[in-house]
Amino acid sequence: MDFTLSKEHEMARALFKEFAEKEVKPLAIEVDETEEFPRATVEKMAKAGFMGIPVPKEYGGQGCDILTYAMCVEELAKVCGTTAVIVSAHTSLCCDPILTFGTEEQKQKYLPDLASGRKIGAFGLTEPGAGTDAQGQQTKAVLEGDEWVLNGSKIFITNGKEADVYVIFAITGVIEKRGRMTKEISAFIVEKGTPGFTFGTKEKKMGIRGSSTYELIFTDCRIPKDNMLGQQGKGFNIAMHTLDGGRIGIAAQALGIGEGALERTIEYVKERKQFGRAIGAFQNTQFQLADMATKAQAAQFMVYKAACTKDQYTRDHKTSYSVEAAQAKLYAAEMAMEVTTKAVQLHGGYGYTREYEVERMMRDAKITEIYEGTSEVQRMVISANLLK
Amino acid sequence: MKVVVCVKQVPDTKGGVKFNPDGTLDRAAMLTIMNPDDKAGLEAALRLKDKYDAEVTVVTMGLPKAEEVLREALAMGADKGILVTDRVLGGADTWATSQTLAGAIRNLDYDLIITGRQAIDGDTAQVGPQISEHLGIPVISYAQKIEIEGDSVVVERQYDDRYHVLKAKMPCLITALAELNEPRYMTPGGIFDAYKAEITTWGRADLKDVEDSNLGLKGSPTQIARASDKVRKGQGEKVTLDPNESVSYIMDKLKEKHVI
Repeated sequence: MDFTLSKEHEMARALFKEFAEKEVKPLAIEVDETEEFPRATVEKMAKAGFMGIPVPKEYGGQGCDILTYAMCVEELAKVCGTTAVIVSAHTSLCCDPILTFGTEEQKQKYLPDLASGRKIGAFGLTEPGAGTDAQGQQTKAVLEGDEWVLNGSKIFITNGKEADVYVIFAITGVIEKRGRMTKEISAFIVEKGTPGFTFGTKEKKMGIRGSSTYELIFTDCRIPKDNMLGQQGKGFNIAMHTLDGGRIGIAAQALGIGEGALERTIEYVKERKQFGRAIGAFQNTQFQLADMATKAQAAQFMVYKAACTKDQYTRDHKTSYSVEAAQAKLYAAEMAMEVTTKAVQLHGGYGYTREYEVERMMRDAKITEIYEGTSEVQRMVISANLLK
Repeated sequence: MKVVVCVKQVPDTKGGVKFNPDGTLDRAAMLTIMNPDDKAGLEAALRLKDKYDAEVTVVTMGLPKAEEVLREALAMGADKGILVTDRVLGGADTWATSQTLAGAIRNLDYDLIITGRQAIDGDTAQVGPQISEHLGIPVISYAQKIEIEGDSVVVERQYDDRYHVLKAKMPCLITALAELNEPRYMTPGGIFDAYKAEITTWGRADLKDVEDSNLGLKGSPTQIARASDKVRKGQGEKVTLDPNESVSYIMDKLKEKHVI
């Protein structure tokens, strides 16, 4: 077992760090305040190849591993949670299912534009009545001639209005399963601009405020028959497989947010003086920092382990990374929440103001315990594997 | 079109400067970067690659560790990297460095050579023009804009208050300013490819038409007696006095310090 990163990974990290510091950090406060999608930053990331890191070169991507992709999300999240989730949702929730389940024609048609960042991707599973209970879908797709007709809506969609290509789930029928009638769910690729596909309200969120979270509405939205992703009725499996990968992205985001808050706090406690001494000279501060750093380090190992396990899956198409991804996300998200809360506490009154970024990081951290499977769902995944 | 770019791995001043006991720079102990002017030169070459499909070869002279700067150049999009390294080349001043690089470049086909104006660790701005002298080709220094016109280059050469537009037939050498452009980032895929790529390593024996007497420490007419970090000045003093008192206060201080 070797915990050292390869030279390539070290150089990639240096690249992500430099980019994050120069291009992302200066805009983080503004993105949060204005709730505006950082389009110019996304264009710069596209140019640098960040929008298709694990997509093979034959489809216009960078052909790198999941570990490299996770490090990119981590470094972006250290300075801006919004920018990190834009990359994560685009890559894990749109590029990945098309790459894994798409036909050759679908891959050729969609991946080069997505991987180069000319187009942005999104994923629509959640509905008002179907969150953790993904089976509670109401959106329907009916085949009429050569077209599927979609009706229904999706909520809380990251990259919502800014995306161009959407992976959407809908009920395509009812089937008997173990003596019970259950909904048959299928996945589809829907393009922006398709008649009948419109946007509802924009969510006003606590954190990651620039990520364009919208409701998607489908009213007699007709898409070509060929836009079904994977086999009919396999939508639930596609969604769960996709979320397993997505959780590595979110775990990396949570990791970065925690690490970013820790970095800010280390700088702050060296400068802030009380009782004639820097507050970093007090043992309480030192012990808090020690705990924060230890948990962040543990989270990093778990995230990298999950990423490397998914890389193993990419090679052998057998290795399961579901539990590793769930554990990494569960731990990293809870670490992010704890570390950012402590960071605010160590900043005192200043930490509660928007001038000091730990306040934003604490708000950004909370969502990592909720989206792409709540911490409770991760515990279900982990324990189900223990008791099977 | 073939472009050769000379780059140097220099200490990253953000990481602090470290010295050996003998007063020379401890390069192994310092974080390093690609010299900013050289990076702009590389970007200029890569734009020629984008536009004219130019082949970009990057050359550096240095310790084996300088291979890193070539990998970075490849990850940005350069086609080939050549590392010139040999113990006998160590301790070179600008004369011996330019002789070495010219000796290496004589092995290559080129239409254009681009170097940075100067390196942030030496600030001499001599190596580029010296290479052109050794190779017998024209040089245009301090380029703030580069255009290709047929078999010539048209370059804006920067001055403090103006610029000159100069045209030279290729082959020629240009020295680039950091202000020339905004260098692109490496790409993640480019990094992994760069580490798979082979870096050509040349030693003394591979240098063409260079005398031993012009190489390394022995071939260097300039000797650095001592190098030191910037010595921090003491903290300034701030006083609030009315103008008349201020003048006499300053006069007293200047006398006290024997300035006047």
